[in-house]
Amino acid sequence: MSIARNQGTLTRSIAAHAALLTWTVIALFPVFVIVINSVKSRRVIFADPLALPTAETFDLVGYQTVLAQGDFLLYFTNSMIVTMASLFFVLLFGAMAAFALSEYRFRGNLLMGLYLALGIMIPIRLGTVAILQMMVATGLVNTRTALVLVYTAQGLPLAIFILSEFMRNVSSDLKNAGRIDGLSEYTIFFRLVLPLVRPAMATVAVFTLIPIWNDLWFPLILAPGESVKTITLGSQVFIGQFVTNWNAVLAALSLAIVPVLVLYLIFSRHLIRGITAGAVK
Amino acid sequence: MAAGRPVRWHIAVFLAPAVLVYTTIMIIPLFGTLNLSLFTFDAAGQRVFAGLANFRTLFGDPRWSDAFWNALGNNAWFFLVHMLVQNPIGIALAALLSSPRLRMAAFYRTAIFIPTILSFVIVGFVWKLILSPIWGIAPDMLDAVGLKALFAPWLGKEEYALTTLALISVWQFVGIPMMLIYAAMLSIPDEVIEAAEMDGVTAWSQFWKIKLPLILPSIGIISILTFVGNFNAFDLIYVSQGALAGPNFATDILGTFLYRTFFGFQLQLGDPHMGATIATAMFGIILVGVSVYLFAIQTRLRRYQF
Repeated sequence: MSIARNQGTLTRSIAAHAALLTWTVIALFPVFVIVINSVKSRRVIFADPLALPTAETFDLVGYQTVLAQGDFLLYFTNSMIVTMASLFFVLLFGAMAAFALSEYRFRGNLLMGLYLALGIMIPIRLGTVAILQMMVATGLVNTRTALVLVYTAQGLPLAIFILSEFMRNVSSDLKNAGRIDGLSEYTIFFRLVLPLVRPAMATVAVFTLIPIWNDLWFPLILAPGESVKTITLGSQVFIGQFVTNWNAVLAALSLAIVPVLVLYLIFSRHLIRGITAGAVK
Repeated sequence: MAAGRPVRWHIAVFLAPAVLVYTTIMIIPLFGTLNLSLFTFDAAGQRVFAGLANFRTLFGDPRWSDAFWNALGNNAWFFLVHMLVQNPIGIALAALLSSPRLRMAAFYRTAIFIPTILSFVIVGFVWKLILSPIWGIAPDMLDAVGLKALFAPWLGKEEYALTTLALISVWQFVGIPMMLIYAAMLSIPDEVIEAAEMDGVTAWSQFWKIKLPLILPSIGIISILTFVGNFNAFDLIYVSQGALAGPNFATDILGTFLYRTFFGFQLQLGDPHMGATIATAMFGIILVGVSVYLFAIQTRLRRYQF
């Protein structure tokens, strides 16, 4: 009987691997197509798109074109600045507000929590018309500041929601011990609580930075200027201009994948732990 | 606050930055947009109060309403495809991933989530390439298995384009339901699963009878996130079909309709008031959807505390 049972388990585990592997192939296939073709010569891209690059067909001309174009480095820097600055403010302001909501009992606490959670359900995009008018009025159009402000506002609701769920679980003995030792509330927050919610911060970071890095809507509307273009908007424009230069387009897309992939791999170790304890409960 | 207690300024300090940024950049513009939808330009180009006239135009005047109902219908179909394809696949993948003693689970999880982190620009471009009848990886692959007759230029045909884009979007975002359901399944205590196995409830029936009821609240959250995300979608259609959402508006959804109306395209001038009216209509649709979820569905879901 135990043999039959083991066989059943084995069959099931093979079936599970087969199904997961199939979807993994489906998920990665398009990325694979971009990357292998970006390092092949133009003729081979067309003749045999699925072939791996060989010694004869290997060609970096696409990357040379992109880098010679020059602007890509600028776009990349813009994206990096905007994403990192927004992420910093979302995490800092979000953690502070989450701490206030989860730590102190004060009148209007629940209402404030609901008010801040509203933004999880209502997309900020619907306010675009008025946001643009506001940015025009304050002279912030075509600045990275405009994007950072919008993305900070966009990221805060979810950050506050997830982080306050987490902070409720931080032991109050620890905080009270700190209070008896005469630490100020600010020290308790920055020195005791923040280090303990790092996994939650990583979860929030992933959920915050992916939509910011990839956003096309606000860069297109608020900051389309050459000097402040993000890499997402930049590659969209690049595809339009170089539509026949496939080497260059494929190389540009490969380069655009790398940074977000690296950031994701850095933060993703904490992702599941973060979701388990926070968002889904 | 009790009399005699000192004012706890630190609470205000902790809350102030978030509340300030959120209110100025998100809440005030949102209400500004709702407000703007009640105005229009008169013949002299002055902004005048128009009451609900813009909404009558949007829902009733054929010049606008045809496009609006078309976009709304397309959007509903876009959402339906996600609910019927993306979420079941996500749940299935999560169930497989959470099976005990599965090797390489972390690898699968990371790999399957990768499309989700890609930008729409990349996703739109690569799928256009793969499905292109000229460069054609898809036609060649179908040819290799002898099914070449099945191939059609899916993105260029009115009857297939929207469904094709919805499936591309499913491909991209299936990682999100997978992650959330996977996390929910991990948080089911081992004792519950062990008790089920003692009673001989395994595999299939364990999934249907034990795990699925326990993850229903997560499925509810995923449905509402899908709903909000889909009725707010824009980027994928814009990068792959352009602001005109071709062929012949077959892939036009509310997001692209809003963009075209507000910013104008080709010969049509932008119209901030009608743009705000469409944004308000979208706000209403999302609000109704979220309320239905919160009051009709979420309150009936049973939550289990462990």
